[in-house]
Amino acid sequence: MANNLRNAFIAAILTGVIVTPVFGLQLVRQGARTLMDPHWSNVLIAMAVVFVGQLLRPWLAIPFRRLKSGLPTLPAAPSQGNKWLVLLIIAAAVIWPFFGSRSSVDIATLVLIYVMLGLGLNIVVGFAGLLDLGFVGFYAVGAYTYALLYHWGGWGFWEALPFAGAMAALFGFVLGFPVLRLRGDYLAIVTLGFGEIIRLLLINLNWLTGGPDGISGIPKPSVFGIPMARSSGTEGVRTFHEITGLTFQSQHVVLWLYLMALLLALITLFVSTRLKRMPVGRAWEALREDEIACRSLGLNPTRIKLSAFTLGAMFAGFGGAFFAARQGLVNPESFTFIESALILAIVVLGGMGSQVGVILAAILLTVLPELARGFAEYRMLMFGLVMVLMMMWRPQGLLPMKRPHVELQTK
Amino acid sequence: MIDALLNVSALCMRFGGLLAVDNVNFAVKPDEVFAIIGPNGAGKTTVFNCVGGFYTPTSGQITMNGVSITGLPSHRVAHHGLVRTFQNVRLFKQLTVLENLLVAQHTQVETRLLPGLLKLKSYRQSEADALERAAQWLDFMGLREFANREAGNLAYGHQRRLEIARCMITKPRLLMLDEPAAGLNPQEKQDLQRLIDRLRCEFGVAVLLIEHDMGLVMGISDRILVMEHGKPIVTGTPAEVRSDERVIKAYLGEE
Repeated sequence: MANNLRNAFIAAILTGVIVTPVFGLQLVRQGARTLMDPHWSNVLIAMAVVFVGQLLRPWLAIPFRRLKSGLPTLPAAPSQGNKWLVLLIIAAAVIWPFFGSRSSVDIATLVLIYVMLGLGLNIVVGFAGLLDLGFVGFYAVGAYTYALLYHWGGWGFWEALPFAGAMAALFGFVLGFPVLRLRGDYLAIVTLGFGEIIRLLLINLNWLTGGPDGISGIPKPSVFGIPMARSSGTEGVRTFHEITGLTFQSQHVVLWLYLMALLLALITLFVSTRLKRMPVGRAWEALREDEIACRSLGLNPTRIKLSAFTLGAMFAGFGGAFFAARQGLVNPESFTFIESALILAIVVLGGMGSQVGVILAAILLTVLPELARGFAEYRMLMFGLVMVLMMMWRPQGLLPMKRPHVELQTK
Repeated sequence: MIDALLNVSALCMRFGGLLAVDNVNFAVKPDEVFAIIGPNGAGKTTVFNCVGGFYTPTSGQITMNGVSITGLPSHRVAHHGLVRTFQNVRLFKQLTVLENLLVAQHTQVETRLLPGLLKLKSYRQSEADALERAAQWLDFMGLREFANREAGNLAYGHQRRLEIARCMITKPRLLMLDEPAAGLNPQEKQDLQRLIDRLRCEFGVAVLLIEHDMGLVMGISDRILVMEHGKPIVTGTPAEVRSDERVIKAYLGEE
C-alpha cells in the first residue's frame, strides 16, 4: 500500500512537470505584448486525477482484465464460402438500394470503393506480405487517368476504365521493379515516398493536371453508351430518361453508380479469391515464409512479388477511375497519406489476407464515421482507440484468414 | 572432362580478408554420389552456396552439362536442374505438406493468369497433374498420411524427407544435400542411405553431399573430396580417402 502511495505521488509530480507548460502557462496577447497567464488550477486537477488513478489502478485493472478474457471470440472466416449464402447476400446487395434512401445508397457506393481498394491492397499486404504505405498513389493514378482522358480526349468512363487499371498496373510494375529487392520497413518507406511523389506531381504539373484545383466536370458512367444526366449537352444524343420515358431523378444516377460499384467490387472479390487458390497465390504464401527456399526451388522472387504489386495496383486503378466518376471532380487533396493509412487499416482490421474480413472492415470504417458525424473532431482519436483495442483483443483481425487448403485423401 | 554433369574448376571465394574457398576443383558425373567432407569451417557449405548461386564466386568456373552457371542467381541455377536442401531444414512451415510439394512445381505448372482465373481446361489439367505428382512423391517418401498437416508440425526426420521430396519434384539432375543426416537417429540414417540409393537408381539423379557422418559418407559415396581451411586436400574413392595420410592428419591432428 505504501509502495502504491509512493508511486502515485511520483506520477502526480511528473504529471505536474509535464502538464505545466501545456495547460498551466497560457500565452495571452495584449496589444503588442505577449503575457504569460498561469492557470494553476488546471495543473492541480490533472495531478489529482493522475494521483487517484494511480492509487486505484489495481482495482481498475480487474474489470478490464475480465473484459479481455470475457470478450466473445468471433469465428475465423470460413475458407469455403457457402454458395447459397453468397448468392443471397449478392441478391440483397442488388435489391436494397431500390428501397434505400439516396444518402445511404451514396454511402454504400463509397463503401464499395473502399472494398475494392481494400481487396486490392489485401493482395499486396495480405497475400504477398509486402507492406505498401503508398497504395493511394495507384488510386490517384487510376483517378487521374480517367480524368485526364476525359479532359484531353473526351473519353467516357467505360473506355477509360481499362486504361485506368492498366496505367496503375504499369506504375506498380515500374515502381516495383527496383524496390521489391527491399524488405519490410525499407519497402514501406519507399512506397510511402512514392505515394507522396505522385501527389506532389499532381499538384505541380499544372499544365497537365490543373494543379491543386484538379479536374472537374467528369461525367458519370453511361448506361451502355447512353448518358445518364438531365440533358445530354450535345444535339441529337438522347439521355437515359428520355429513352426510357422515366422522369429524370438524381436518385437514378446514384443508384446506377451503386450498381456499377457493386459490379466492380464483385469482380475484384472474385479475382482475388481465385488468385489465392492459383499457383501464384501459393507462391506468394511460400515467398512470405521463406524466400531462400523459394529461390532454391527455381521460383523467381522478384517476378512473383511484382505480380502481387502490379495486380494490387491495378485494382487501385479501377477504384480510382470509379472514384473520379462518382465525385465528378479529382484533386490531389483526395490522395493524401491518410487515405493510404485508412486502406491499410481496413486490411489490418479485417484480418490480413481474409477477404470477408476486409469487406467487413471497409463497411465499418466507412459507415461508422458517417453515423458519428457529431463526433467528427474526435474521429482520428476514436480510430486510434479502435486500433489499440483491436491489437489487444484480436491482433489477427476481425475475421482472420483461414487459407483454403487443397486436401489429399490420406489412405 | 566431357562426361561430367557438374564441373567446378579453380573456384575461389573470398570474404574480405578471409579466403573461404581456395582453388577447389571437382566434377560430378551423372548418377554419381559425390561427397564433400572436412572439419567444421573447411568451406564446404561455401562451395555449396557458390554452386547453388547464393554467393557469386570471387573467381573460378562452374558449368552444368557444359553450360556455365557461374554467378547466376539461385533461381536460374535451379532451372539448370540443380536443387539443394539446407543444413537446417527450410520448409514452408505454415503450408501443408502437400502444398509444399505444389509450390515446388511452380515452374512446371500453368501459372498464367487468365487460364487460372477462368479455370480453363489447361489450368485444371495442370493442377490435377501437379496434385498427382505430389501424391506420388508422398507415397514414395511414406508421407502420405501427413499430406494435410502443416509442414512445421512434422517430426524432424519427416521434415528432412519432405525437403528431399520437395527438391525431387522439380525433376533435378543434381541433388545437393547439405548435411542430410544431421539430427537423425541411427535408424533414420539407414533409411536415408537407402533413400539416396533409390533416388540415384530409379530417377538417375546425381547427388552432391556434405556430411559429417562418416558411416553414411563412406557407405554411399562413389567419390569424396576432402577439404581443410578452404583448400582441397584430396579427391578419391572412400577407400583411398580413408587411407590417405593427409586426411588422417586433418581429422586427427599431427602426432
